[in-house]
Parts: sequence; structure tokens; C-alpha cells
Amino acid sequence: MAISLKVNGQVRTVDVAPDTPLLWVLREHLDLVGAKYGCGSALCGACTVHLRGAPVRSCSIPVSAVRDGDITTIEGLSPDGSHPLQLAWDELDVPQCGYCQAGQIMTAAALLERTGKPTDAEIDAAMNGNLCRCATYLRIRKAVHRAADLKAGAAPTSATSTRLGQTERHDR
Amino acid sequence: MTASLVDRRAFLKVTALAGGGLLLGSYLEPLTAGAKSAAAFTPNHFIRIDPKGVVTIIAKNPEVGQGVRTMLPMLVAEELDVDWKTVTIEQADADAAKYGRQFAGGSTATPMNYDELRKLGAAGRQMLIAAAAATLGVPESELGTGGNAVHHHKTHRKLSYGELAAKAATMPAPDLATVRVKDPKDFKIIGQPLSGVDNKKITTGKPLFGIDVKVPGMVHAVFVKCPVFAGKVATANLDVIRTMPGIRKAFVVEGGTALTGLLGGVAIVADTWWDTIRARRKLEVTWNEGPTAEQSSAGFAATAATLGKQTPQRVLHREGDVDAALRSAAKVVEAEYYYPFLHHAALEPQNCTAHFKDGAMEIWAPTQNPEPGRDLVASTLGIDKGAITIHLVRGGGGFGRRLINDFMVEAAWIAKEMAGTPVKLLWTREDDTQHGFYRPAGFHFLKGGVDRNGKISAWQNHFVSFGEGERFAPSAGVAPTEFPSRFIPNFELASSVMPLGVPTGPLRAPGSNALAFVYHSFIDELAHAAGRDPVEVRLELLGDPRMVGEGPGGYDAARMRGVLELVAEKSGWGKTPLPQGTGRGVAFHYSHRGYFAEVVEVTMKTPDTFRVNKVWVAGDIGRQIINPSGAINQVEGSVLDGLSEAFAQEITIDKGRAKESNYHDFPIIRLTQSPPVEVHFLVSDHSPTGIGEPALPPVVPALCNAIFAASGKRIRSLPLSKAGLKWA
Repeated sequence: MAISLKVNGQVRTVDVAPDTPLLWVLREHLDLVGAKYGCGSALCGACTVHLRGAPVRSCSIPVSAVRDGDITTIEGLSPDGSHPLQLAWDELDVPQCGYCQAGQIMTAAALLERTGKPTDAEIDAAMNGNLCRCATYLRIRKAVHRAADLKAGAAPTSATSTRLGQTERHDR
Repeated sequence: MTASLVDRRAFLKVTALAGGGLLLGSYLEPLTAGAKSAAAFTPNHFIRIDPKGVVTIIAKNPEVGQGVRTMLPMLVAEELDVDWKTVTIEQADADAAKYGRQFAGGSTATPMNYDELRKLGAAGRQMLIAAAAATLGVPESELGTGGNAVHHHKTHRKLSYGELAAKAATMPAPDLATVRVKDPKDFKIIGQPLSGVDNKKITTGKPLFGIDVKVPGMVHAVFVKCPVFAGKVATANLDVIRTMPGIRKAFVVEGGTALTGLLGGVAIVADTWWDTIRARRKLEVTWNEGPTAEQSSAGFAATAATLGKQTPQRVLHREGDVDAALRSAAKVVEAEYYYPFLHHAALEPQNCTAHFKDGAMEIWAPTQNPEPGRDLVASTLGIDKGAITIHLVRGGGGFGRRLINDFMVEAAWIAKEMAGTPVKLLWTREDDTQHGFYRPAGFHFLKGGVDRNGKISAWQNHFVSFGEGERFAPSAGVAPTEFPSRFIPNFELASSVMPLGVPTGPLRAPGSNALAFVYHSFIDELAHAAGRDPVEVRLELLGDPRMVGEGPGGYDAARMRGVLELVAEKSGWGKTPLPQGTGRGVAFHYSHRGYFAEVVEVTMKTPDTFRVNKVWVAGDIGRQIINPSGAINQVEGSVLDGLSEAFAQEITIDKGRAKESNYHDFPIIRLTQSPPVEVHFLVSDHSPTGIGEPALPPVVPALCNAIFAASGKRIRSLPLSKAGLKWA
């Protein structure tokens, strides 16, 4: 059946069965592949998108349930990859394999909308449901802080900044 | 057998590119005649410079999160002397003739490519200099490079690499054996913390991974295998499936018996993947489960307990007189250790896209090991290897699972059935969890002795593993030289095996990820039996700073002492007063040419609830950390990965199938469980080596030893959750 959705500010109409999960509508019908399939059961967070501004697991929401809601995916987070989280993620070189990171960023984006300067505890509470199999968590937490600073007006730095305080040489 | 680039009598081949540029194509075959007629500089297969000055560097190896798509091109860029920010990185297809061995395994990318790729970059630079010398009529010795240009400082003239590309393509290619590379003190790129070249695509959600591949006209597939490994389809209600919406085809695949090959199952092909899933829910299959249905984890444990009491089937290594040493020991400790099957659980489920058309197979695969995949597809489908093209696509995590190409042969088989139509095969998470190549479980029956001076004097291990006769199941063996072999005067390592129908394979730091747990936990038991400090006992065990053995079994006691002393110093070992209920554990391990020692601090929040406060790491991977950002990321990830494995991961075999299915029963470490990790590299005068694996093994025993120090609970069986421990 034909279903209209507002995705990244545009109204899109797709012809799908109403039980189709939002994730597969995005990936297979709208060519938005940033949200990832990881578990299919709302366990990992790789498929996180925003529905009416709140992070949701698109793998477990039938498209029929989102009909009038605004959806934002990682592709719509910024027009040119310049959202503070996107900048911070590159600056701190967060990704390893990168597969979970769109979901991580979308969860963090919703947090930053609610909380300008989140504490570690607030980041932990918001982000604990997003799995990273490569375990880039330590950089994820730093990057959320960094994005909050960027959002508050701090100047971006190059990716080769002095973040790696632990790499002093130990010559023997 | 692997061959390094230079070993293969490297002759650089220069090719002009369309439009006037240079492709520094490498070493084996001349670049194609067609390319020669054009005008870019392509001095080997790794470099292309077009007349506009666009510099493209080819990334040769598969990327699964280990950072090689960034790190290997850095080596070329450094010696070509280009500005990193101007470089475009292009992923190579699988082509051993052009690129040599291309695989992601064994932390080998650095040791196999560090010298060779630098030489290829240097050769390109040398040809550009030669072209500039000819153009300007000055000796090469007066020329320098920088900012993607050759400079003649005396006359303040410069020629950009783009301007020189066409001329450089006509210069003789230097001999790679004698081409000069930079003095490391002049490095501008190597040693800099650089962000991953795919970060922008990752953070903006661009198509990048295997699962994102889209080929015009593509259809989608699932492949439903027997839950019992290598079982076959007896009957399936395909008539029902074929009536479901979107279904293009549903058919039975007979499959073979090799666990790494094509197994029996039902393929469902549809317009969309969700159509295949909807249809799959109606699928009814009766299976011929086969003999593996008799196997279970409980059965393995019972068999192991019996074998452990018997005389070992084989002695792998023996030194001194272990029986006598145990008889005369002041203290004897006896212990049985166990570790479970583990799954890789990469976040991107196995997938592969294939298109069979006019007798040729084109494949897009997030594989760690393309060439064996090509062989497997060729032999299984009866296609000539030359008719198979493999595009390497970024994998959403590998950890060793994608070294096996079962998903590739499945996709290829289905594509052949769908000849003319491209097919993307995607496994469900449950398929992925239940059709792994698991880290094998293992059982160790240990006896150790400490003499009157508190020195470890005897070590006897009966390792009960899986296999047949003298052959261990994949990744289920142990090297006779594995530490503490050769470091204890009276030593015996023996083994027995039992048959296994469950697929096993390499998981990040294979062998080591299990053996380190057993050996360094037991060393700790002996240290405590002797009433001595665990670091002091380990330094004594390592002994004088010297090389023990040589070749692949060689062990540099000096390097291990170095990292052990460094981690003790950095963590304040023995100098930091710890509150009641807090304890520290230490361990070290050598694997994949890397020496790592780690300290873990744990606090018991309640008698059965712990929290990891911090991990200190000291590693020696040689004289050069190529990309410190990537390297530290790998170390942090390895350490947290090890904690994750130890805490609650286990694949349980029941009636020949894996019981666990998804992340609820095979949990991955989370943000709130992740302690700070302090990383120190000891820069030693040795060749640079890899960093994807060696930091993982020591953290598991260091954690268990910390739990003992904090609580008095000795962990001899993993995962910790099975011992009733919870992570606060």
C-alpha cells in the first residue's frame, strides 16, 4: 500500500506492506542506507533514527506506526556533514569499522538537542544502549563532549590535534 | 605462502594514463598496453598521478575496522612526498598479481608492507625527480620535493607532480632493491595521528559497507541453513514460499560437507530483503541433521573430564623432569581451567553481492581473505578463476570471521541460479550468531610446583582440545613453544583431542586469546602459593634479557621485560595503596610479533559485583607507530574486547547447534562498562609490527587476577557471569 513519510524534510511516498520495518523502507525503498541493520530486535542501536526528534530503533518500528511523524536519518543530520557531532567524530577519529557510528551519532544528536553540555553520566545514560563491537566507547564519550563544545562555539581543530596525550615515547 | 613485494623481484612498470599522468604500477606484470598509450604517471599499481596533479593512492588490503585503508597508503604517501590532505584513496580489487597478498589477518599488514610500500612510494618520487632533472636540465642531486612538487632551490624553480606526470611516465623505473627511502627523522606523515580516510562517509551515512552495495537490477536473498552444522534439507514447503509477495525464486541447495564451503539449505530470493524475511517466517523445513546433532557443550565437558584424567595422547614439548620437580616442590598447585566457544559477533551480519552473467562472476564482498574465496567459488561452481572478479568492500567488523568465505560461495551459488540478475545475500543476526566459526572451547589440566626459594620449578599441562589424531581443529591447537615453555626448567605440555563437528576458526588473537587466560592465571596461582609479588615472579620467570629460540617461535625476554617494567611503573604497581575490596592483576603475552603487558584494577562493589576501574597497557611493536591514532584505537578496542569476552560471552552447543542467537544472550561490552585505558608504547629498535590483535590476550588474565586480588575468588572458568559475577 502507498504510505507517505516525511524524511529529512521531504515527503516521500513508498508502496510497501504496512508491517515493513521503517529501517527497510529507508534502506530498500528510499536509498538511505546510513541506518544499519545489526540485530533486527532493537538490541544494538545501529538502526537509530529520529522520529519526532526522539531516537528510535527503526528495525523494530513498522512503517505504518510512523505515518505522520517527521523522520531524520544520519543523511539529514546536516546538509554537508558539518554537524558538531560529525566534526567531532572525525576530529577524534572515533570509528574503527564504523558500522555502528551512524546510530551512535543519531543517539548523541538527540541528547545534545536536550542537553547542551551533557555530563559523563548523562552521556552514559543516553548512549548505553548503542553497541559498538569494536568498542570505541572511550572516544565516543570524548567526542560527545567535544561536539557539545563545538556547538557552544569552540573552534574546530584538525584531525591531528594533540588529543593523544598518552603517546609519549618510552625509549629504552 | 606469502611473498613480500620486494621478494618477488620487483621491477617497476611505468604506465602513462589517459589524459597524461603517471601510474606507478608495481612489480609483477607490465601494466596493460592500453594504459600505456595514455598519459598519466602510474609507476606502479599503487600510485596514480594525473596531469592535473590529482594523486591517487591505492589501498591494497581489505578494511574491516583495523585501519589499513588509512595506514598502508600513509606509507606510500610519505615516500612519494605528497601532502596527505591532497591524496585520494582508492580501494583495490582483489588481484594478487597486481597487489601481492591482500588479506586482513594475523596483524600482518605492517610487517608485510612497511618496507615494500615505502619503496614503491620512493620509486615514484625518484621518477618524478628524474623527470624534473630532464626538464630543467639540472642534476637530480640539486632537486628536492615538497608540496606535491619537485623544487630546484638554487633557481627557485618548481614543477608540480601533475606537470611532471607525463614526462615521469617515460623515465626508467628504479630497482626496488636499491631505491632509497627516507630517514625516519624526516617523516611527515608516518608517525602522525591521522583520522580514518572513510570517516566522512561513515559520519554522513554514505553507502560504504557490504550491506550497502547496490547494483542496478539487484534482487535480495536469504539462505536458511540447518541449525545443526552441515545438516541437509530433507523437505521444504517451497510451494508456499513461492506464493509469498515479492518472491522471485526459492530453491534447495544440496551443499557439501566441508564446514568452510557451501552447506545445504534453502535459498529465498525476492525483490526486497524484507520480502525474503516475511516469506522465511512461513518456511517449514525438515532437516537431515547428521551426526553433529549428537554433540553438545555438556558432552564435551564430560569427555574432557575423562580425557584429562588419562595419559595424554601426545606430548608436545618436554624439558627437565617434571615429575621429580613436582615431588620435590615446596608447594604444588593443581587446577583445571576452561574457556568457552566464542562468536565474533561483528555488527554487520555476513553478506555478499554477486552477479553471474555470460559465464563471468562479479562479486562485491566484505571479506578479509579474498583469494581463498575466489578458489572456493571457482571449485564449487565450476567456474574458471579468471572469470571471477572480486571487489573489496569495507566490512562492518571482522575479528577473523570474514577470513572464511562461506557467505561468498553462498551468494555466488544463488547468483548462478539467478543468472543475469545481481543478487545481494544478507544473513540475519540469528544466522550470523548460529553459523559462526567459533573460537574453540578448551580444557587445561595443570600442575605446577614452587621450590623452597619461591621459584616456579615445575609446570605440567594436559591440554584437552578438539581434533582428530595429530591434527587440532582449526584454531584449537597450541605451539610447543608457547610461553612459559622454555622458561621453566621442568616443563611438560601434552594434549588430547576429541572430535568436533562444530565449525571453529580464528578469533582476534587466535589461540592467544584463550591460552593467555589459562597460563597467566595459573602463573598467578603459583605466585600467590609462593607468597610473592606477581610482577616480581613474572620478571624472575622471564629471566635475563635475552632471545629465547629463533624464527617464528623466538621469544625476546628483553622486550617482554621492558613492557612489564613499564606497565608496572606507569600503574604504580606495588606503590599505590588500594582500599579493601580493590585489587590489581597483571599479565603479559607475546603474539603477532607484539609484546604486551597489562594491569587491571577492579573494585568489588558487593561480594559478587565488580567494576573495572582502569586498565594500563604497555606494548612494544617496534620502532615506529605508523598512525598513533589508529594504533591507540586498536589497543583500546582490543582491551575492551577482551573484557567483553571474559565477562559474559559463551556459545553453548546443544544437540549440534548454537543456542545463543542475538546480542541479548551473546552480550557485547557497553559504554558504562568501559574503563579508562592508558596506553604506552615502548619504542624499541625492532621492525614495526601489527597492532590489531596483540593487546587483547593479556587483559583477560589480568582481569581475573585482579578479581582474585580484590575478592579472593580464583577464576578458572569463563565467562565470569557463569561464576555468578555481575558487572556493576
